[in-house]
Amino acid sequence: MKARLEEALQFHQSALNLQARRQEMLASNIANADTPNYKARDIDFRSALAAQLGRPGEGMALAQTSAGHLPTGGAQGFEGYVGYRQELQSSADGNTVNMDVERAAFAENALHYEASLTFINGLLSGMRTAITGGQ
Amino acid sequence: MSMFDVFNIAGSALNAQSLRLNTTASNLANADSVVGEDGQPYRAKQVVFEAVPVGKSEGRGVRVTQVVESAAPMRLVYDPANPAANGEGYVEMPNVNVVEEMVNMISASRSYQNNVEVMNTAKTLLQRTLTIGQ
Repeated sequence: MKARLEEALQFHQSALNLQARRQEMLASNIANADTPNYKARDIDFRSALAAQLGRPGEGMALAQTSAGHLPTGGAQGFEGYVGYRQELQSSADGNTVNMDVERAAFAENALHYEASLTFINGLLSGMRTAITGGQ
Repeated sequence: MSMFDVFNIAGSALNAQSLRLNTTASNLANADSVVGEDGQPYRAKQVVFEAVPVGKSEGRGVRVTQVVESAAPMRLVYDPANPAANGEGYVEMPNVNVVEEMVNMISASRSYQNNVEVMNTAKTLLQRTLTIGQ
């Protein structure tokens, strides 16, 4: 039972982790909309999620700020899935950020993130109902 | 925690864009400053942006690496009565292109707004994350 709960949460945790990373990457693109020679990047979400699910137990890693900290495992494991966006309209300064695309992707990713949170909450409240017998 | 890096990234962009806005304001204010502090006419200034890594993650923030002076030729205005006029009666005016500066200002303020929006979204998502399981 515990394994099943963990398994169910594992998927959403991985998805949430990746969505947070993607959000950060899209924020970088929007922040650098006026930086010359900046190339917009994005994550191949499907492949990255599949790869992360293929390695159970490797969730979000905690930052180790001291040598005495125990390793928490969990590589980020998506570096190989980051790519550069194909440019739709070229600009003279070599910047490939298309603000429409980035804003749309940012809003979409934010919604997906909220959806993942809702799923996790639903799962947890379902489990709580099972534990308390609906009382 | 990567979502926190969004604040750093958007924050660095806000910083950079407000500096750009400052530069534009300075250019517009000095569009007619014939004599600067060095005795020369004011020269238009432009900021140079650069992408810099933020934290240990893949994210990239923005930094202003330098403020360069415009190499555009000075505007010559015929005004023999002006004390700053040269022997032929021409006054060297600043090389500020007001139209360009206005466009720059609008672009900078829109970019600023965009990044504020990004910050707000990240804040909402983090707040929702904090309420997991409640």
